[in-house]
Amino acid sequence: MNAISFDLDALDALSAILVIPAVSAAVLALLPRYRLGARLNVLAALLTFVASLLLLSPDRPEPGRYLFVDDLNVVFIVLTTFIGFTTSVFSATYIAHELEIGRLTPQYLRFYHSMYQVLMFAMNLALSANNIGLMWVAIELATLTTILMVGIYRTHEAVEAAWKYFILASVGIALALFGTILIYLAAQPVMGGGVDAMVWTLLIERVARFDPALLDAAFIFLLLGYGTKVGLAPLHAWLPDAHAEGPTPISAVLSGLLLNVALYAVLRFKMLLAANVKAIAPGPLMVTMGLASLLFAAFMLYRRRDIKRMFAYSSIEHMGIITFAFGMGGPLANFAGLLHMTMHSLTKSAIFYSVGHIAQIKGTQKIAEIRGLTETHPVLGWGLVLGVFAIAGMPPFGIFMSEFLVVSSTFAREPLLTIPLVVGLLVAFGALLLRLNSVAFGDPLGSTQPAQASYVPLYAHLALVLGAGLYLPPLLVAWFQHVARQLG
Amino acid sequence: MSLLDFDIAHLFAGGLVLVSFMMIYQDRLYALLNVFALHSIVLAFSVGWQAYIQDAPHLYITTAIAIVFKGIIIPVALHRIIQRLGIHREIETVIGIGPTMVLGIGFVALSLAVMLRVTAEADRLAREDVALALSVVLLGLLMMVTRRNAVSQVVGFMSTENGLILAATGAKGMPFVVEISVAFSVLVAFVVIGIFLFRIRERFDTVDVQALDRFRGTQE
Amino acid sequence: MHDLAVQGGQLLLVLLMAPLLTGFVRKVKARLLRRQGASIIQPYRDLARLLQKDVVLADNASWLFRLAPYLIFAATWVAAALVPTFATSLLFNWTADLIAIAALLGSVRFFLALAGLDVGTSFGGIGSSREMMIASLAEPAILMIVFTLALVAKSTQLSTISDVMLSAHVGLRISLGLVLVGLIIVAIAENARIPVDNPATHLELTMVHEAMILEYSGRHLAVIELAASLKLLLYVSLIACIFVPWGLVGAGAGLGAYLLGSAAWVVKLAVGGALLALFETLTAKMRVFRVPVFLGAALMLGLLGTLLLFVSRGL
Repeated sequence: MNAISFDLDALDALSAILVIPAVSAAVLALLPRYRLGARLNVLAALLTFVASLLLLSPDRPEPGRYLFVDDLNVVFIVLTTFIGFTTSVFSATYIAHELEIGRLTPQYLRFYHSMYQVLMFAMNLALSANNIGLMWVAIELATLTTILMVGIYRTHEAVEAAWKYFILASVGIALALFGTILIYLAAQPVMGGGVDAMVWTLLIERVARFDPALLDAAFIFLLLGYGTKVGLAPLHAWLPDAHAEGPTPISAVLSGLLLNVALYAVLRFKMLLAANVKAIAPGPLMVTMGLASLLFAAFMLYRRRDIKRMFAYSSIEHMGIITFAFGMGGPLANFAGLLHMTMHSLTKSAIFYSVGHIAQIKGTQKIAEIRGLTETHPVLGWGLVLGVFAIAGMPPFGIFMSEFLVVSSTFAREPLLTIPLVVGLLVAFGALLLRLNSVAFGDPLGSTQPAQASYVPLYAHLALVLGAGLYLPPLLVAWFQHVARQLG
Repeated sequence: MSLLDFDIAHLFAGGLVLVSFMMIYQDRLYALLNVFALHSIVLAFSVGWQAYIQDAPHLYITTAIAIVFKGIIIPVALHRIIQRLGIHREIETVIGIGPTMVLGIGFVALSLAVMLRVTAEADRLAREDVALALSVVLLGLLMMVTRRNAVSQVVGFMSTENGLILAATGAKGMPFVVEISVAFSVLVAFVVIGIFLFRIRERFDTVDVQALDRFRGTQE
Repeated sequence: MHDLAVQGGQLLLVLLMAPLLTGFVRKVKARLLRRQGASIIQPYRDLARLLQKDVVLADNASWLFRLAPYLIFAATWVAAALVPTFATSLLFNWTADLIAIAALLGSVRFFLALAGLDVGTSFGGIGSSREMMIASLAEPAILMIVFTLALVAKSTQLSTISDVMLSAHVGLRISLGLVLVGLIIVAIAENARIPVDNPATHLELTMVHEAMILEYSGRHLAVIELAASLKLLLYVSLIACIFVPWGLVGAGAGLGAYLLGSAAWVVKLAVGGALLALFETLTAKMRVFRVPVFLGAALMLGLLGTLLLFVSRGL
């Protein structure tokens, strides 16, 4: 692939995070027994996570034409593989229950596990891609696998949700690819044609000489295209249905990981644009879309009657906050955005873990039919309570810190914008806590059979979020600050 | 590059936009599939011509994929699926064919205006290809969004792909054009096979508005 | 003097050839349907017969009703005489502007629609309203077509356009192809041909042009039928002179050249008529609700032709 000297451990780790999921996907497709499949899934995810930890070593391989590791993506790779691992643990018990009640059949389970690993592969590939074409392919592959998995229950609603997702994702694919082609067109006169004109590390060196008008147009297409997958309003229509109708592990992975990966892609291109002085400032566009998503989702939150749908809107809201932060720009806001991405992934997936088990126990996803959880299932109930506190932005959880940073940096730069920002945050806060109140407390409703749940992933995530809120390791802070500077 | 070369490339690219309009004009499903086959054939000619004048032999593979896969195999496969599943054969639109065409012309004008201004410094052939390709992409997206039957939405998606392939070939020397077209074709084959295997008939039958209201999504 | 003679010759020629063209089209259609069909000169006989018959007027027919046929005939004849048939150097060719011709035809349509409404029958009303619906889309389509042609030839004068098309500068242009298709669609709509309207029917569901002239009889009807034939001739000549201009004679040529030009023109008419007959035989009449979309397609083609022309010009 490239004849450059490399550090053996790190390059092997880079290949490992791709090869392990790919191989497991193939194996899982052939493995007939559910139990073994679930265990293998967890094992593969664990190995991938360990391999990604190796990437944290200070010796990094030289960027190749197709893959590379730098400060921005290493954190997300570790985060992705970690959440992939904990979700696979959750999935093992969750799916066992679905199998018991007959909602899924064994042959679909083979498909499910195989697709899960393909999804991990695609996300890792997207995060570590140096070639913008390869990044596009990987993100589309990831989207395709999630579409297939959203429709896996094959009810009318599930198929409808999967189809809607497919249509909107196609709009996103097309626009994103067009934007990628335009970037190539901008690069071509300066860098000549061929593969080199699509390599991100080479592009960022020469981007100051590209035609700014073409870069502007390209960024707009890329923002709209990848923004569809981030779930920014008004392109969010697929998100609530996909979360509500797909199996809960997929909702966790969607909210926690895929939205991040899509936003990561947008960030890469934002960095390109930031390095070209004459190009349009991508900020105002992102600020508008972020704010619109935040306000829209915040006001829609209260009226939701399905619990997974409600948390899906919460994801839209948080993605809006993150986009807003990156749109504001400047080291503080960028840092806040990066921190928020990490915290939101952990918290949202934790919430979905608890919601998944709750929905299984009660046999329904409707909020009105779930009551008094802290009495009947205290571990799950309190886990949900803590998770909702975290996502609503209560101190001392990590999300409070990042939201506070966003608000303060906005107040310093554009004081007027803090008004809609804070209004949105408060409305969402109120809606979530009100709903939490009815779900977690009050007289118990519905079945009270004990849960065969795995509590470890849930509480592990919550512990991490709490820990980050209290103390951020300086290494992490340094990394984020470095990247925040590059983001412009 | 001589004027004739440019004129022929313009002929094919403009022809692709025209055939996109013809697809929007159709109100029967079999006719739509035939026009889509024509769309892919015109794309194949366009890509083949680009391969010839850019001296890029790997683009001939894309031409072959466009003719064989999208011009023959996919229309025939969709034809069979429609017959087997007994899918409703009249195309239902959200806003009527006339207004859709007006919107389409608006999109074409918009994309030409934007693209020609933005690519002021690029090579002549690339500019024209990218501008017309964006028109085809937008027309395909318009078709996906204004049709109620799933098969016509899939056809709209595939015409969008064709537009993207036109754009990619117009950008001289872009790597992965062949890989992208293969990837797209695989994606579409996946979707088509998935439709068939999952036998999701209800999705493709006449839109029963009552049944859909049961599941309005955002109301829940 | 010479020019005046040539112009007068053209005037008479179109008048004499119009019924022949109509008869030819009907004959070819009949033959394609495996009938013998009436003879080619039957339209002349029909006109003669109608001229000898009495006029039957409704009680409440106004002066407009009696005057309209002559107005219609005059306007159509002038327009047909302006289109270059065998020569581009006619005396009045400075007036032979596409927009002027479109305006003349528009006034023809106006009077015809008024005449249809005049007597107050329901058939007349249906015909007039349908005609206006068709016109509301056909007119913009014609204008877009004129616009595209004017962009290519830098003038709206027909003789200039023909000259430009004859020269080699034009090259391969998809916009011209689009304009040709658009013009054919508009011609079909304007001449009340299948698939827009059936010239041989008197069923309420399917009439447009026939409905408007249902109340006419005798010499009025003869004049209107002649005007309709002239309109068909006009459109075929128009398409021929713009897109198939070979054979058109320039200025100051001798009698032999004029005869050759006329022969070429007759051949073009025959081919156009035969193609029209073939097309009418192969297609079914459209539902009235689909006609706006059909004409809208002509408008789109015109717009698209203009846009594509801008693209290839602007680079």
